[in-house]
Amino acid sequence: MANLPQILTANRLRDGDVVYWRGGTWVTALADAEVFPDDAAAEAMLKAADVFVKGREVVNPYLFDVRIAADGVKPVKEREIIRAAGPTVRVDLGKQSRRYV
Amino acid sequence: MYRYDEFDARFVTERVAQFRYQVERRLSGELTEDEFKPLRLMNGLYLQLHAYMLRIAVPYGTLSARQLRMLAHIARKYDKGYGHFTTRQNIQFNWPKLVDVPDILADLATVEMHALQTSGNCIRNVTADHFAGAAADEIEDPRPIAEIIRQWSSLHPEFSYLPRKFKIAVGGAAHDRAALKFHDVAVEIVKNEAGETGYRVYAGGGMGRTPYVAHVVGDFVATTDILAFLEAVMRVYNQSGRRDNMYKSRIKILVNALGPEEMRRRIEREFAEIRAGGTLEVPAEEIARITDYFAPPAFEALSDVSPEFEATREADVDFRAWSDVNLAAHRAPGYSIVTISLKPIGGVPGDASHEQLDALAELMDKFGIAEIRVSHEQNLVLPHVRKKDLSAIHARLAELGLATPNAGLVTDIIACPGLDYCDLANARAIPIAQRLSERFADLKRQRDIGELKIKISGCINACGHHHAGHIGILGVDKKGVEFYQLQLGGSGAEDASIGEILGPGFGEHEIVDAVERVVDVYLERREGSERFLDTVRRVGLEPFKERAYAAH
Repeated sequence: MANLPQILTANRLRDGDVVYWRGGTWVTALADAEVFPDDAAAEAMLKAADVFVKGREVVNPYLFDVRIAADGVKPVKEREIIRAAGPTVRVDLGKQSRRYV
Repeated sequence: MYRYDEFDARFVTERVAQFRYQVERRLSGELTEDEFKPLRLMNGLYLQLHAYMLRIAVPYGTLSARQLRMLAHIARKYDKGYGHFTTRQNIQFNWPKLVDVPDILADLATVEMHALQTSGNCIRNVTADHFAGAAADEIEDPRPIAEIIRQWSSLHPEFSYLPRKFKIAVGGAAHDRAALKFHDVAVEIVKNEAGETGYRVYAGGGMGRTPYVAHVVGDFVATTDILAFLEAVMRVYNQSGRRDNMYKSRIKILVNALGPEEMRRRIEREFAEIRAGGTLEVPAEEIARITDYFAPPAFEALSDVSPEFEATREADVDFRAWSDVNLAAHRAPGYSIVTISLKPIGGVPGDASHEQLDALAELMDKFGIAEIRVSHEQNLVLPHVRKKDLSAIHARLAELGLATPNAGLVTDIIACPGLDYCDLANARAIPIAQRLSERFADLKRQRDIGELKIKISGCINACGHHHAGHIGILGVDKKGVEFYQLQLGGSGAEDASIGEILGPGFGEHEIVDAVERVVDVYLERREGSERFLDTVRRVGLEPFKERAYAAH
């Protein structure tokens, strides 16, 4: 089975917010994240993120698997779905609370 | 309440300044994340799923109104308006910014609070029976010895880098409300045949992936010898506990590898040596000085029968239901212990808003209640309430959404933060608690079911105490999908036991039905006033298993 596409994520050092990689910078919404279709590109970006770790912008960068659906990108794991949105028990909090603002 | 002396105040202030400097060095790049992480953990700061999380210590679960107001202030100013009370009597804030944490710690220090010993491989915040100093069945208030243990453990050089974290609890009554036997070490206040007070010491209990009920390692330790004895336990652990594998490094693994008898023998040997040195003998005057801080309020001479209380019970059905369930017997006539449920039907167990925290502080001031307690069951407790005030207090709690009459019932559910917040979790725990609480919302049915403790963890680390649940639920991840394993027959009380796994896990949409079927079996098979736990112990798992999986 071919490997799934991946997204690069981290937490912002100063406030801990979840961020995603897009074209040389970090964005806060999963929908805006860059999707890497193959392992080589994803691993290269993970390595490139080291500059931002050393530069104290982010901590703990890692890659996670996603599936591309008609309505957008969806993480494979529940953990990343919740991380991208906010607590399912407090939909007024986290990124989901800003979705329609 | 304990008040900081000059040493405590200076120590906490210095630690705030130290952490402020550490954060500055992290932000300037002088410290890498690998260097900074152990430092932030020593100050209770984690990086969780969505953000940082700050865990603040509530020593032995006791808070003043002033401290409660400070927690409300922190929730409002630095967080998202609420805090979460945990199974270790702490409070967690889920959204602080790293850059704000030094200011939060400085604010906490102004009310004699901190976030020390809430993380890392140290002796963690010492917990105690939440009815301490108030319970009718108590031998002695466990908090003075908890405070003495805190002082001994806080800066002890031998205990800063233990093989693993170390949790100590203290209880002062035969009825264990502090889950003593699931702690690394527990101290139970007991009386001997001569009527003298001393300590029974347990070691090697714990939950997590390898649950064990603790063994008695000291039958009757004299009051003045307690630190020497505990130091002996710690030495044996520090010398022989494993450091090569974090899953095998808690003291429970050591106690069970050596066997309780060999553990006792080694402790006795160390104890004899430390005791001979005499340096760890706790002076009786120091015990008396600390005990004075925990002196009960001057109780009024009241009749145990309060006409006001009885009249409201007669007139108000909601008050009657609440007072039937949420009050406990107090040592002083005319007083009650009030459990404030943080488990509203469909709510998040243990969460409290800044408005609720402020309003509770106001309520305490209005009725002259000096202390509030945090329970390991994620509720709050007003320990000393005049029965004649209960009607007014209940009315105010009801306005605040804090008068759910379910203490100890099936909807009084413990749940860890789970995958909604926690970086370690495999599955969500809170939504399962919410659905169960909605399913069993009917009060008549809850009262008919009686005492039933459901405890839910979102991973094997067992912060939700699922091993000790009459019904325990463990969330697991099966190929990216949340599943829930049922365990029956656990208890965190004096009859401590570890629940047994019923069988394969249930899906998110099946688990509530499965629990309901299990409860139905109990209702059909119970004898007399048997609790759920007693029925499980009498009839075994089979009837429950059969029904739980019948429609699976």
